[in-house]
Amino acid sequence: MSEIALQEKEEELKRKGTLKKLSSKFGPLIGLFLLCAILSILSENFATVNNLMNVARQSSINAILALGMLLPILTSGIDLSVGSILGISIMIMGVFAVKMKLGAIVGILVCIGVGLLCGWLNGILLTKLKLPHPFISTLGMMNVARGIALIVTAAAPISGFPVAVQFVGNEFVGPIPVSFLLVLVLYIGFHYFLTKTATGRYIYAIGGNKEAARLSGINVNKVLVLVYSISGLMAGIAGLVLVGRVNSAFPLAGLGYELDAIAACIIGGASFFGGVGTVWGTLIGALIIAVLRNGLNLLNVPADFQMTVIGIVIIAAVYVDVLRQRGAKKNK
Amino acid sequence: MSLLELRHIQKGFSGIPVLKNVSLDIEPGEVHVLLGENGAGKSTLIKIMTGAYSKDEGEIYWENQRIEIQSPVDAMNLGIATIYQELNLIPQLSVYENIFLGREIRKGPPFRFLDHQEMKRKAKEYLQRLGQDISVEELVCNLGIGKQQLVEIAKAFTINAKMIILDEPTSSLSASEAAQLLETIMELRKQGIAIVYISHRLEELKQIGDRITILRDGAKIATLPVKETSTDEMIQYMVGRNLDQKYPKEQFQLGAEGFRVEGICLQGSEKEVSFAAYQGQILGIAGLVGAGRTEIARGIFGVDQVKSGKVYVEGKEVRIQSPQDAIAAGLAFITEDRKAEGLILDQTLEFNMTIASLKNFRKGSLLQLEQLTQIAKEYITELQVKPGDVQKHARKLSGGNQQKVVIAKWLSTHAKVFIFDEPTRGIDVGAKVEVYRLLNTLVKNGAIVIVISSELPEILGICDRILVMHEGQITADILRDHATQEGIMKAATGGM
Repeated sequence: MSEIALQEKEEELKRKGTLKKLSSKFGPLIGLFLLCAILSILSENFATVNNLMNVARQSSINAILALGMLLPILTSGIDLSVGSILGISIMIMGVFAVKMKLGAIVGILVCIGVGLLCGWLNGILLTKLKLPHPFISTLGMMNVARGIALIVTAAAPISGFPVAVQFVGNEFVGPIPVSFLLVLVLYIGFHYFLTKTATGRYIYAIGGNKEAARLSGINVNKVLVLVYSISGLMAGIAGLVLVGRVNSAFPLAGLGYELDAIAACIIGGASFFGGVGTVWGTLIGALIIAVLRNGLNLLNVPADFQMTVIGIVIIAAVYVDVLRQRGAKKNK
Repeated sequence: MSLLELRHIQKGFSGIPVLKNVSLDIEPGEVHVLLGENGAGKSTLIKIMTGAYSKDEGEIYWENQRIEIQSPVDAMNLGIATIYQELNLIPQLSVYENIFLGREIRKGPPFRFLDHQEMKRKAKEYLQRLGQDISVEELVCNLGIGKQQLVEIAKAFTINAKMIILDEPTSSLSASEAAQLLETIMELRKQGIAIVYISHRLEELKQIGDRITILRDGAKIATLPVKETSTDEMIQYMVGRNLDQKYPKEQFQLGAEGFRVEGICLQGSEKEVSFAAYQGQILGIAGLVGAGRTEIARGIFGVDQVKSGKVYVEGKEVRIQSPQDAIAAGLAFITEDRKAEGLILDQTLEFNMTIASLKNFRKGSLLQLEQLTQIAKEYITELQVKPGDVQKHARKLSGGNQQKVVIAKWLSTHAKVFIFDEPTRGIDVGAKVEVYRLLNTLVKNGAIVIVISSELPEILGICDRILVMHEGQITADILRDHATQEGIMKAATGGM
């Protein structure tokens, strides 16, 4: 091969390399845009302000849960209990705010506090009792919390919450739902937390190599307890949004939500092996799921098919990631 | 007639020769001992015999027939069985199931169900041949490590082994278990089975060996009859080589005692370790693999809990119960296994270099990201890390450069005491010299430097004072001027 041809080849490789980098960084975002473009063509109702705001509102509960879920996943863990923690948080809030008539502030604090407490317990089970994997500790918590959510009112729903409790889930600022504004605030906060604080870096370090993190002087257990506490806290906040939206707390609320939250993280590029993932990827993951649901609804696709489609999207998203990593290894 | 004969075997890895023209013959019914320092090429030689590696050049003869051993299956078909240090048993299965694992005896068609009765009967027979009375239905997890090893040896009968290779079989055994194993080996030998035996315990070799082959730096030095060779001779053959100019040693003024440990005693051990280290002096800790050097370092650094013991930094006692405590006390521990314990491979150089000292780079609770990049760039220049891109992932670097990243991590904590565990393992010669220079610089700047190394020339080449450990205890404390490889090797093998 001549000198020039070699150079050209090198250039091409470089271009391919940057393209690859871009596609890995913006892959989920490109996916979201493509999805929106296709839906805009297929349904004239999709790209309207009203509908998009609806999507934003529908995505907010999962977006908040997914944000909490991202932290355990970054540490190469998992939190299966977030759906149940959502359930127990709002039921106990119902008891305090509605049954005992202690008011909105107490109710909101109780809701968030119960979430935080459950998450903290997850962390303690994992680090102090040394249960072998968070899959187990949070699986236990998932059942315990759901059970208690059912027990507190003998499975009856609670409705008639104070207006202030409903504010987050039900109100709008202009056309924008408050719940989505909350999502944005939380995501920006988490972005700072994960990228610009020592603890944030510790979370990535633990997921990347737990032993190296420990030997570098990171208090791994402390960080893990914090991670699961925050995940629980987010579940409590998501519960608040849910109650606002439906003006009712019911014991089976949030059933299976953990799976959508995990899906959002994974679609957004977080690695199940830990150490890799961003808040923005997770947001896009949550939006992709919400847009899919919304679009399929607009196209009158029955719910059973929607499940199938979302399942395929999860597998496809991760498979693309696998292909990319295999490519990266070959390049090495 | 020899059973196995190797002629002029050559083997290299990525251009570096590991075995140089090694010839060797094994006779039926002999115990043939392989002896050599860590890295002398023993393991590679064995792996060529067992088909785990293929030779680059040379010839292999089995019962005078020229053959090729290209896979472990080939070796097994010939009748070569290998028992590694790590046992290949499944703890939840019974003794006889383990013995026949992968070679189960089956009943006839159509179902070809497993013939448990026959397997039990044969397993019993095999164990009796070893002179052992172990219940074949016992689960392996209920057996002690010594018995487990015997089960492993019994597996050799299922392939009608004519030759059994044992790689440091007694290193994890108690004295009585080891004695039992040696008896079993003598029993096998009586039955005409050839034994290739690797061990660092010279006393043991004298007891059971017929012939001994000594390897050094990938070459065969000699094959000798054990009875006519003294321990001193063996050691001399093992280490006899001169130090060359690979070690850029600098002398410094001996300073104050900067670090001292008193009576460190590990969990599950009765042995105590005490020593002091001084400024201006590189302290080496020599010993064979498994002598307990890493364990002591981990204990000091708070990675593993210790039963008792005190640690002093610059004369003040410090309480260390976790790596955080150790770092706060001014300690740094550069571990042996960079990839598993030192680096977060899929993070950037900047991330890795600053992870242990992030607290120093905060304003309020936010990290000063520019400062982190700045400090990483400084270390990259200072240590000549290549490629010098702070955003590069650690995985992409060579071993030597990865080691520099780990060292940078500890420099950034401003540690006063650096404990290096095998600091040059798996890195090339050029990078080794750079690491040695760095040790000199640390000492020059007043740091305490402790180097654990299994490579004797390295210890003698860079250290000013040498502690030797054997089975969890310090058996010698020698100044460099008085140290010889022979002396260290003696202390490291139990002072024989």
